[in-house]
Amino acid sequence: MNIMKKVGIALVAPVAALLAAMAITSAVIIAVGGPPVDFWRVMLSWPEADEIVNITNQASMLYLSGLAAAIGFRMNLFNIGVEGQYRVASYVGAIVAGTAIGPGLFTAGLAIVAAMVTGAVWAAIPALLKVTRGVSEVISTIMLNAIAGFLVGYLLLNYGQEIGNDRRTTPLEADTTFTGWTPFEPADGAIWTLTILAVLAGAAFWFVINRTRFGFDLRATGMNESAAVASGVNVKRMVVISMALSGAVAGLVWLPELFHESRTASFYSGSQFQTGLGFAGIAVALLGRNQPVGIAFGAVLFAFLSVQAGDLEFEHVDVSKDIVLVAQGVIVLTIVIAYEVVSRWRERLEQRQIQRALQRPGTPEEAVAS
Amino acid sequence: MATLVKGADPSTAPDAVVVRGVTKRFPGVVANHDVDITIRRGTVHALIGENGAGKSTLMKILYGVQRADEGSITVNQTDANFSSPTDAIKAGIGMVFQHFMLADNLTVLENVVLGAEGRHGIGDKARAEIRRLSDAYGFNLDPDQLVEQLGVGQRQRVEILKVLYRGAEIIILDEPTAVLVPQEVDALFDNLRGLRESGHTILFISHKLDEVLAIADDITVMRRGTTVGEAKPGTVTKHQLAEMMVGSELPSPETEESTVTTQVLLDVADLTLVDDRGRHLLKDIDLTIHKGEVLGIAGVEGNGQAELVESVMGMRKATGKVTLADRNLAGRDTRERREAGIGFIPEDRHRHGLLLDATLWENRVLGHQTRSPSSKGMLIDQRAARADTDRIIAAFDVRTPSRETHARALSGGNQQKLIVGREMSGDPVLLIAAHPTRGVDVGAQAAIWDHIKTARRNGLAVLLISADLDELIGLSDRITVILRGELVGEFDPRTVTPQQLGAAMTGGRDEQAGEETQ
Ligand SMILES: Nc1ncnc2c1ncn2[C@@H]1O[C@H](COP(=O)(O)OP(=O)(O)OP(=O)(O)O)[C@@H](O)[C@H]1O
Ligand SMILES: [Mg+2]
Repeated sequence: MNIMKKVGIALVAPVAALLAAMAITSAVIIAVGGPPVDFWRVMLSWPEADEIVNITNQASMLYLSGLAAAIGFRMNLFNIGVEGQYRVASYVGAIVAGTAIGPGLFTAGLAIVAAMVTGAVWAAIPALLKVTRGVSEVISTIMLNAIAGFLVGYLLLNYGQEIGNDRRTTPLEADTTFTGWTPFEPADGAIWTLTILAVLAGAAFWFVINRTRFGFDLRATGMNESAAVASGVNVKRMVVISMALSGAVAGLVWLPELFHESRTASFYSGSQFQTGLGFAGIAVALLGRNQPVGIAFGAVLFAFLSVQAGDLEFEHVDVSKDIVLVAQGVIVLTIVIAYEVVSRWRERLEQRQIQRALQRPGTPEEAVAS
Repeated sequence: MATLVKGADPSTAPDAVVVRGVTKRFPGVVANHDVDITIRRGTVHALIGENGAGKSTLMKILYGVQRADEGSITVNQTDANFSSPTDAIKAGIGMVFQHFMLADNLTVLENVVLGAEGRHGIGDKARAEIRRLSDAYGFNLDPDQLVEQLGVGQRQRVEILKVLYRGAEIIILDEPTAVLVPQEVDALFDNLRGLRESGHTILFISHKLDEVLAIADDITVMRRGTTVGEAKPGTVTKHQLAEMMVGSELPSPETEESTVTTQVLLDVADLTLVDDRGRHLLKDIDLTIHKGEVLGIAGVEGNGQAELVESVMGMRKATGKVTLADRNLAGRDTRERREAGIGFIPEDRHRHGLLLDATLWENRVLGHQTRSPSSKGMLIDQRAARADTDRIIAAFDVRTPSRETHARALSGGNQQKLIVGREMSGDPVLLIAAHPTRGVDVGAQAAIWDHIKTARRNGLAVLLISADLDELIGLSDRITVILRGELVGEFDPRTVTPQQLGAAMTGGRDEQAGEETQ
C-alpha cells in the first residue's frame, strides 16, 4: 500500500467519528429546542487571532494532562487522579515560585521540579496502596482528588495572602515569569513560554515508551502482565514508578499558565487556578489512543471546542455553552467505536487485496508459502 | 478392523459435517484453500497436519469464530455458514480451543455458566449439573474453585465441561492431548468413546500420531492450507501418516552418548512452598543438575511442576536454597535469574510466554530486555533485535510472513517454535523447559530436540518437564517423579518403561519402581 492510501485509511476513523459526533450533538440541540445550524456556524467559524492564542495555550495544558493519563493507561493503570495531582502540584509549585529564593530562572526551575516531585508523590500514594494493600487505584485516586481539593483549600486559608474574598500564594516576582510569544497583535495575547513543556514532554513520552527498556517493560506489563512477570519485570515496582511518572507529568499541567507574564500578577488562588484539566485529560488520552501524536490531536480538538464555545453567548446563539461538554463526550464515544469498525474494515480490505493478488497467474500454492 | 464403528451405525447415518471448497485468507497468508472434508455422524474424526497447515483456522470457521471467504459448509444437511459461535452452539457444535479461553479470576462454575445462564441458571441447579457431568466423565472438578488455581489439565476439563454443558453434539477439540500425560489421555479417550457411543461426533486435532491411530475412525491430513488426503487407522501406519503430513521420516528423541559432567550447575535444596491456606505445594525438594545433563521431571499435571519451575525462576517466593553455578540465587528476582543464564520455556505460552499483540521481534526482546542483542544500555536495540529475530525464524523454521507480524497471527506450533528459539538464545547455562514441543508437528519436534541435544553437548543443563513420556525418556539423563509436591523416586531412562513411570506418577505401588531418593 502506498503512503497516500495509508494516511487516507488512518484518517477515515477520526473523520467518520467527528461527523457522527456532529450529527448526534445536533440531534441533542434540536431535542432541547436549540438552533443546530447557528450552533455549528459559530463553532466551526475560523477562530480569531486571540482565540488561536487561547486554543494553543489551553491545548498545551490538556496535552500534558492527556500524557499523564496515558502513561498509566499504557500499563492498564487507571489513574483518575491527575485532577488532584496537578492541583496539589500547582499549589506547591506556586509557593516555591513565589519565594524568589534565587535568580528568576533558578527559582522557576526549582518550582517546576517541586511541582513534578509533588505530583509524583501524590500519585505514588495510590500506587503504594495498590501494591501493598491491593487497593484499586481507581478508588484511591478519586478519593485523593477530593482530599487534594480540601488540603489545598485549607492551606490557602491558613497560610495564603488575603485578597478580597479570596486567598492566594505569594505572587511571582517579575523575573520569574516569562513573556511568551506574540504571533499577532499584542492585544491578542501571548502564547505562553512554558507551552514548550508540552512539546518536550510529548517527545520524552514517545522516546521512553518506544525506545527504552523501561518503556518496553511498561508496554509489556500493559499487554500481558503474567508474561511480563515471567520475563523478569517487577510489576510492583513498575506500578509505583509509572504512577509516579504519571503524577510528575500531571504536576506540569498548570505551570504554563502560572508562569506566564500577566498584567495583574501570577499566583495560585481559588479563582486563578483552572480546574477540570485532569478529567479532560482522560478523555483526551482516550481520543488519542494513548499515542503522543493522537493525544495532541485530541488536546487541540478539545481546546478548540472549549474556546469556540465562548463565542456562543457573544453571537447570541440560544444554546448553552455546556452543550460543548456533551459534544466532547460524544466525540470520545464515537472515536472509540469508529476505530473498532475501521480496523475490521481494513482487515477485510487487506484480504481482498490478497485475493486479487492470487487471481493473477500462478497457483495458490505459491502464495501460501510463507 | 478399526474402520468399523459401534454405536449409531455411521455407515448409514447422514454425514454430520460436510465442508466443500472452503478458502480463508489472512493478511500475507492463505490459511485455507479448497478444503474438502466429510465427517460422518457418530465417529471420532482426526485432523492432522504440520504447524500452520490451517487446522485451527478450519475449526474456527466451523465454529463460527471466523468466516470463510469462499466455500460451503453443511451441518446435519443444513447450510451452516455460521457468523458467530452462538449460531454454531445452536446447531449443536461445541469447541475447545488450542489455547484455553477461561477467565482466571472466576470459578469453574462461573466460567461454565458464563453465556449459558439460560440452561440451568447460575445457582444450585447449575452447580448440580456441573457436578453430574464432572462425575459422569471423571473430571474431578470442584465447581467453586477459582480457575486461577487450576493446572493446564484441569483447565482443559473445564473447557470440555463447558461444551458439554451447552449440549453440544458435535465436539471440536483442538489438540486436546497436548497437555495431558498418558493416563489422562487414556481417560480422555475413554470419555470420547463414551461420547461417541451416545451419538456424539468428535472432531479432534493432534500431532501425536499414536493417539490418532488409537482413537480415530477417520483421519484427514492437511498440508499448506488444504486437505491432501484421507486415511483409515486400520490401513495406514504412523510412518505413512508422517510422510503425508510433512514429507519426512518420524524422528526419535533418543540421545546418543551421555554428555553429563561432574560439575554441578543447579543445586536445589529443601525447596518448600506453602499456599495461603497452609497447604504444601512443594515440600523439601532436593535436586541437582550437572552441566550437560538433562533432568526430566515426570508427573501428572498439577502435582507441583509449575510451582517448582516458577520457584526456580523466582516468580514465586519459596523457601530453601537454589544455587546456580555456585551462585546463591536466594533473594534474586526473576530478571537477575534470567541474566544469570536461565532460559525458560513456560508451559502456557499465551499466559507466560508471549505478547500476542506485539510483533515477533518485540517478542524476541521479551525476557531478554536487559541483554544484547535486545538492548544496549537503557535502550532497546531495535535493529539488532530485528536481525536476531530473523535468525530465530530461520533456525527454528517459524512460518510467518515477517518478523513484523503480530504473535497472535502465528499458528500455535509456530508460536511455540519462536519461544523455544528465543529461550535458547544468548547461550543459557540452564534451560527450564516445560513441554518444549507442545503443539509442534513431528518435523519441528525433531528439530527442537536436535537444538536441545546440541546445546547440551556444549554444556547446557536442562530441567525438562514433559507430559510426553517418550520425549522424557528419550531426552533425559535422569528422570525423577513428582507427586503432590514431593519428589518420590528416581529412574534411569535407559531401563524404565512408560508403564513404570506411569505407576510412580499416579502414586501406584510398583515393585519395580526405582529406589526412593528421599
Ligand atoms: N488471526 C490471524 N491473522 C493472520 N494470520 C493468521 C491468523 N490465524 C492464523 N493465521 C495464519 O494462518 C495459517 C494457519 O494457521 P492455523 O492456526 O490454522 O494452523 P494450524 O494448522 O492450527 O497449526 P498448529 O499445528 O501450529 O496449531 C498460519 O500461517 C497462521 O500464521
Ligand atoms: Mg492450531
